[in-house]
Amino acid sequence: MTQAAVTNEGQARTPPEGWQGIAADWSSDQRAFKNVPWGKAMMWIFLLSDTFIFSIFLLSYMTVRMSTTEPWPDPSTVFALSFGGEKIPLILIAIMTFILISSSGTMAMAVNFGYRRDRVKSAVLMLVTALFGAMFVGMQAFEWTKLIVEEGVRPWGNPFGAAQFGSSFFMITGFHGFHVSIGVLFLIITARKVWRGDFDREKRGFFTSRKGNYEAVEIMGLYWHFVDLVWVFIFAVFYLW
Amino acid sequence: MASFAPTKAEQVPPAEVGEMDLYHSHSWWTTYVFSQDAKVIAIQYSLTAISIGLVALVLSWLMRLQLGFPDTFSFIDAGEYYQYITMHGMIMVIYLLTALFLGGFGNYLIPLMVGARDMVFPYVNMLSYWIYLLAVLVLVASFFVPGGPTGAGWTLYPPQAILSGTPGSDGGIILMLVSLALFIVGFTMGGLNYVVTVLQARARGMTLMRMPLTVWGIFMATVLALLAFPALFVGAIMMTLDRILGTSFFMPAIVEMGEQLAYGGGSPILFQHLFWFFGHPEVYIVALPAFGIVSDLLSVHARRNIFGYRMMVWAIVVIGALSFVVWAHHMYVSGMHPYFGFFFATTTLIIAVPTALKVYNWTLTLWRGNIHLTIPMLFAIAFIITFVNGGITGLFLGNAVVDIPLSDTMFVVAHFHMVMGVAPILVIFGAIYHWYPLITGRMLNETLGWIHFWVTFLGAYAIFLPLHYLGFLGVPRRYFEMGETGFIPPSAATLNEFVTVIALIVGATQVLFLFNLAWSLSKGKLAGRNPWRAASLEWQTPESPPGHGNWGPALPLVYRWPYAYSVPGAAEDFIPQNVPPSRETGNESHEALPGAAAQPAE
Repeated sequence: MTQAAVTNEGQARTPPEGWQGIAADWSSDQRAFKNVPWGKAMMWIFLLSDTFIFSIFLLSYMTVRMSTTEPWPDPSTVFALSFGGEKIPLILIAIMTFILISSSGTMAMAVNFGYRRDRVKSAVLMLVTALFGAMFVGMQAFEWTKLIVEEGVRPWGNPFGAAQFGSSFFMITGFHGFHVSIGVLFLIITARKVWRGDFDREKRGFFTSRKGNYEAVEIMGLYWHFVDLVWVFIFAVFYLW
Repeated sequence: MASFAPTKAEQVPPAEVGEMDLYHSHSWWTTYVFSQDAKVIAIQYSLTAISIGLVALVLSWLMRLQLGFPDTFSFIDAGEYYQYITMHGMIMVIYLLTALFLGGFGNYLIPLMVGARDMVFPYVNMLSYWIYLLAVLVLVASFFVPGGPTGAGWTLYPPQAILSGTPGSDGGIILMLVSLALFIVGFTMGGLNYVVTVLQARARGMTLMRMPLTVWGIFMATVLALLAFPALFVGAIMMTLDRILGTSFFMPAIVEMGEQLAYGGGSPILFQHLFWFFGHPEVYIVALPAFGIVSDLLSVHARRNIFGYRMMVWAIVVIGALSFVVWAHHMYVSGMHPYFGFFFATTTLIIAVPTALKVYNWTLTLWRGNIHLTIPMLFAIAFIITFVNGGITGLFLGNAVVDIPLSDTMFVVAHFHMVMGVAPILVIFGAIYHWYPLITGRMLNETLGWIHFWVTFLGAYAIFLPLHYLGFLGVPRRYFEMGETGFIPPSAATLNEFVTVIALIVGATQVLFLFNLAWSLSKGKLAGRNPWRAASLEWQTPESPPGHGNWGPALPLVYRWPYAYSVPGAAEDFIPQNVPPSRETGNESHEALPGAAAQPAE
């Protein structure tokens, strides 16, 4: 492409620091977020929108918890498992939380190795992340089964107290579990692309016909960390409260 | 010597990113049907929105027939009447206005106006349209299920929305909620594209403060939509669960037909909060693109720069931000703490400041302008009048004390139809008359346009001014028929007949407009390049109408804002954004194309 007309290409851009730098970026041309690729910007904005969705889920849960006239079940007793005759509160949830937070660590390492062009390590770490994610969803399935089959908890009612307990639980953890499952699926797809070297060869995507690159790993990481962070809030306001 | 240069114009910064990796279609299907070109997607969005809008138009006719001539039409019963008002409102607000402004105008104009080759993720953009189409089809399907579409009112308030006494509580309400959720998923895909394209994919020299106000309006509306639709999405999911699984998110303990239902402990007010946390920003999702577009129409057709550009931009941003803290003014009669009423009344009235500022600036743009009363200009001026009218009644209703007696009367109907029905629709018409030549290469017929404008504009007033009066009399909205009352005089029925006749005429005139759209496609006067002599970038493409990739071999370079009209010393009365400053006094300035701009510097 021919470069047009008068440009100041000779001058190196030295951005001012702090707030002035932000103002300079936003009043400049082409990009408001300098050096941020499109996909990454899009993922951040999507996550902002998704934050609203989860916040509203949690606020709605708090509202119905206040509006119901029935007593609210105690999560520590409901989510307890027996080991050797001893009831341990929230033990499964604690393990699930530990696994999900660990998966954030492996994801961060996968992003790092991706940018170092270490295909094998990056792909393996992503698969480990996906495995952790799948374990999380599996344990969630176990938790749901136990509640539904053994304890008789239903979305429309449960033996412990307010019906909204079951409704909110299934809706919020279901929506979060859906996010994790989608994440696992895309982790596997991205890991496969890294493994085959699609990003090194700039192979075009099957659906999008766009050249891929290692930013995909980081974008996947953004999504994954977000899903983890959301879980921390769900854990705090649903299980611990 | 050209004197007007808003910023240091001689220098264009170097390109920061490489060329966009465009998808090139290779068959008829991928060019016209599963197209990834934002311009084709825009037309698909627009045609779908207009088609479903026609359904809503017919529904409004049926409603007016019942209101004007009660006990006359045996095929309209009370249940069907509620279905008409519900679907009319829902279709018009979401599936027509939102989709047409953001999916239609947003897709067509954003890439062209900011100097991009396409949206940043064309494939996701294409998916956005197809999911929108699916949402529309699900909505249409609800007309054909047993029990028909939902008749809960467009606000879908529980508990009545899902109880068996409400029409369409079998399948209609479920399909409605599913359709809304699909719409939001589809819109999010498009909306992310619009936002990222505006923020990250502008041409060299195109700073945010050199963007046309159209882009600002659509951009801010999209931001609002991305943050407001989640509330509706969550509300739709929870109501679907209440209806299908029997959860009680929104359902209190309730007796229906003498029978205690299994519901209990839910919060109906929660739904109202969720709905209006979406619903109020939705008003501005529709209004902000209209604000932006009308600013550009006024500037082009008055041959004058927009007055107070920076103020206009900040007004759009401030209105957008404020729109998130006013939602409960829709709930004054739901019962709330007086201090909350005070808070929401105050924030509501504060919005009048930036909106009034915009109205002043539009008027001052016209002041001593070289006003051409073209069809787009007529619509733009009509918008200012209508918007002031609807806005002032909004000030009445924003006060809790005035709202409570007027709530649920025809006054409210008149208010919101003026401010977010008629006003944005007038802008849509003006915008179509303005950009039709860009899209098709031909002008719309002026005579038909003139008839269309005057009947629509005067008709809208003939319809909605009487409704204000009926509202003051106390005529309630959403009533199938009035019956005998002590406070509504018989003359109200005569007025209703008048309104109905006018509504039928105005509705029929829209068919004239559609005929114009179709007829001018092949028979219209050839437009040539830039028929309105506009300065903004979308008219400066090397091919007109713009081709695939918009800009030919080289992306445009932007040297100034889009409002360089009647600049003293310039050869023409407008200077396109991409003409280098050294050439703006030359005779050929308006011929300067991006291709030409790619020549070595002079």
